Amino acid sequence: MVTLEKYKGQNPAWCPGCGNFAILKAFKEAMVDLRLEPHQITLVSGIGQAAKLPHYTRCNTFNGLHGRALPVATGIRLANHAMPVIVTTGDGDCYGEGGNHLMAAIRRNINVKLFVHDNQIYGLTKGQPSPTTGTGTKAKNTPFGVISEQFNPMALAVALNCGFVARAFAADTAHLSGLMKEAVNHNGFALIDILQPCVTFNKVNTYDWYQKRVYHIEPEYNPEDRIAAFTRSLEWGDRIPIGLLYRNNRPTFEEQVPMLAAGPLVHQDFDPSRIEETLREFY
Amino acid sequence: MDYTIKIGGEAGQGIQTIGDALGRLLTRSGYHVFSHQDYESRVRGGHNFYQIRFANQPLAASRSTIDILVALDRESITRHEHELALNGRILYDGTRLKLKAKNPAFLAIPFEKLALQQGGDPIMANTVATGAVLGMLGIDPEIFFAFLTDTFKDKGDQVVQANRDAGQAGYQYVKEHCDKCDFAVPVGAVKQRMLIGGIESIALGALASGCKFYSAYPMTPSTGIMNYLASKSDQYGVVVEQAEDEISAINMALGASFSGVRAMTGTSGGGFALMVEGLSLAGMTETPIVIAMGQRPGPATGLPTRTEQGDLEFLLSAGHGEFPRVILAPGSPRQAFYLTSKAFDIAEKYQIPVFILFDTYLADCQWTFESFDPSQMRYRDYRLRGDDFKNLTDYRRYADTDTGISPLAVPGDAGHVVVVDSDEHDEDGHIIEDAATRIRMVEKRLLRKRPRIQSEIAPPDLYGDREARIVLTGWGSTYGVMKEVVDTLAQSTSIAMLHFSEVFPLPNLDAFDYVSFLRKAKLSLCIENNATGQFSRLLRAETGFEFTALIHRYDGRPFTLEELRGEIDGYLGKI
Repeated sequence: MVTLEKYKGQNPAWCPGCGNFAILKAFKEAMVDLRLEPHQITLVSGIGQAAKLPHYTRCNTFNGLHGRALPVATGIRLANHAMPVIVTTGDGDCYGEGGNHLMAAIRRNINVKLFVHDNQIYGLTKGQPSPTTGTGTKAKNTPFGVISEQFNPMALAVALNCGFVARAFAADTAHLSGLMKEAVNHNGFALIDILQPCVTFNKVNTYDWYQKRVYHIEPEYNPEDRIAAFTRSLEWGDRIPIGLLYRNNRPTFEEQVPMLAAGPLVHQDFDPSRIEETLREFY
Repeated sequence: MDYTIKIGGEAGQGIQTIGDALGRLLTRSGYHVFSHQDYESRVRGGHNFYQIRFANQPLAASRSTIDILVALDRESITRHEHELALNGRILYDGTRLKLKAKNPAFLAIPFEKLALQQGGDPIMANTVATGAVLGMLGIDPEIFFAFLTDTFKDKGDQVVQANRDAGQAGYQYVKEHCDKCDFAVPVGAVKQRMLIGGIESIALGALASGCKFYSAYPMTPSTGIMNYLASKSDQYGVVVEQAEDEISAINMALGASFSGVRAMTGTSGGGFALMVEGLSLAGMTETPIVIAMGQRPGPATGLPTRTEQGDLEFLLSAGHGEFPRVILAPGSPRQAFYLTSKAFDIAEKYQIPVFILFDTYLADCQWTFESFDPSQMRYRDYRLRGDDFKNLTDYRRYADTDTGISPLAVPGDAGHVVVVDSDEHDEDGHIIEDAATRIRMVEKRLLRKRPRIQSEIAPPDLYGDREARIVLTGWGSTYGVMKEVVDTLAQSTSIAMLHFSEVFPLPNLDAFDYVSFLRKAKLSLCIENNATGQFSRLLRAETGFEFTALIHRYDGRPFTLEELRGEIDGYLGKI
């Protein structure tokens, strides 16, 4: 039987009080609740503090390049679509360096779960603004404040008709863990943007700042109403909604690739005998 | 008998249709064929040509002299008239081009008018032109009619008949109007041969090697690999995905490879520049991958549809940090087929990136061969799957071994977890920072594997005189033209060719000491389709050997037989 103990990894090298600890805890609990053994899932990450999470747990892992987790995850899913694939990433990794891949992954509706640790700052490189840093925020390399518009991942995802769009708050770990389970059970691409305080570099978006603003989306909300979801995705400031903003049931990419109908690619046999027949086409 | 047909015109006029048809018809008529193409980076207009050489003996290059020029526009005449052989002919549509025949070389044929009269549609002008060429050569029209039936049968009997009538009209027209068409085309026993290009050979090689995943972003000259694999994807169970960019393409392929299938990507210089970080990722994570790298002239966009061997040094040093790699550079479609299989084998055996380095010229040229032998393809699954590692008590992705090769397991198949990391890592795959582990991993990943990888590299192909006074050396696509030059000079000179189709690491000297062979030559020439002699520099760096002289072409065009022969003749008097 799967236990939390099986998911025990190296000791995290995160700062004391970092929001990542809560996300790691929520992740392990979700996997155990889903009765997934560590060898039955693959965790893919890029570069950054969030991307180190796979080392602080235990499961199949591909820890690759900055911003490139989604293409790797896509390749993994196409080769073995029986394997749940989860990407753990940060706002800089996913929304900055990997923006094009995010768009493509949502459009494909590849059945990958994307958990973004969104602390609105670059932690690993020590304090530069990320795409989700508020406009006007001053950082070491932006003494006059961030000029660019703050990136809104929720609105982007709804605009691209992403299959599952949710926001969570790291400190509300039970809620986050529940959303993670829902995301894994969703048939298609799922994005959870996880608001996560960076206790070292982000002096604005603190635990206290979030506690005052986040609220749970009410139970009667219909996540299948795309217009309502778009309106909700624009809420930011005094009130920030957490929970499932949007969901649809678009067919997944894997379901539509004819070559995968016979089962996972990795389990399909290779039959070289056809080559003679194909070569005849050149005579 | 050794004739060359050139079809020239604007993009969109059907040059490729006529060229492909003639290439296949001449192959089916029993000749050896070599064709190559020259086109601009545009969808319509410009000046393009398709050149087909055919003979009774095997061919491996194009010539500068042409015997029949099918000119679909005026520019084709002005550009190529001077290439015409003494008894050559220029075919053109006199009505369309409004051009009066100046001399007996010109033969005006109303392609469009005949197409309209006989086929009912001017679109069949290409069939009329093909028929006219076949008529001049006296090729058996039945082979032509059978070909048209095959080509158009899906469009219905009426279309087949209309095309046959149009083809017949062109064939008949030259019989009646070309009195001095004295092309002698003796046919021996008609032998079944295949006509195949470099790009399809790479794609077929991948299929025959069990490639299951191909991701790429379209880029000339590698796009054809993606198109061909996609056309066979259902038959072979291959997933082909057009990635959002080249960065994604290589990362997707690495993800698929990690999961346990043979994976490949393909691109050209600019796209490969984007893949370079992913190449280092393959190096660090020891994930097998095959990369088809099609060279074209750079830098930046360069000449997008032309040819060059300009990226060898880029591949040698691409990537940050040090890791093993192999570069294979086929010289013919046949070599492309077999070397692709070797690429997959070595990539998986040593868990490294392996390149198939080709160029636009090789990609587009077509050769005739008796056959390819799929039984010579290597196929061995080096991965641990299911029961293979079920009984292991302990699985470590980067377990330290004497060979440097760690067990490559398929994730999910057993109770073990597979952890790979782009950071330096321990045997389990987890991040480390300590110096001792770093040293151990560099030795495992690179130093211990390196001599084993080098021992797999085949010696260069020696063709010609084994005691040669003149040695032509080259790599990749110059194989064919060098071989033909050796053939033309072998009667009068002591000459040989040394061709490297496996360029990095350079082959060991134990099987064949090519350095001593080169040192014994009176004249050693290195022939490359680039401006600086990248291969000659590699050979000097690795062996200390310096060529007597270098012959370089860097105008975006391949060497023809006469051009290379001319260059070499210039050196012959000096020895």
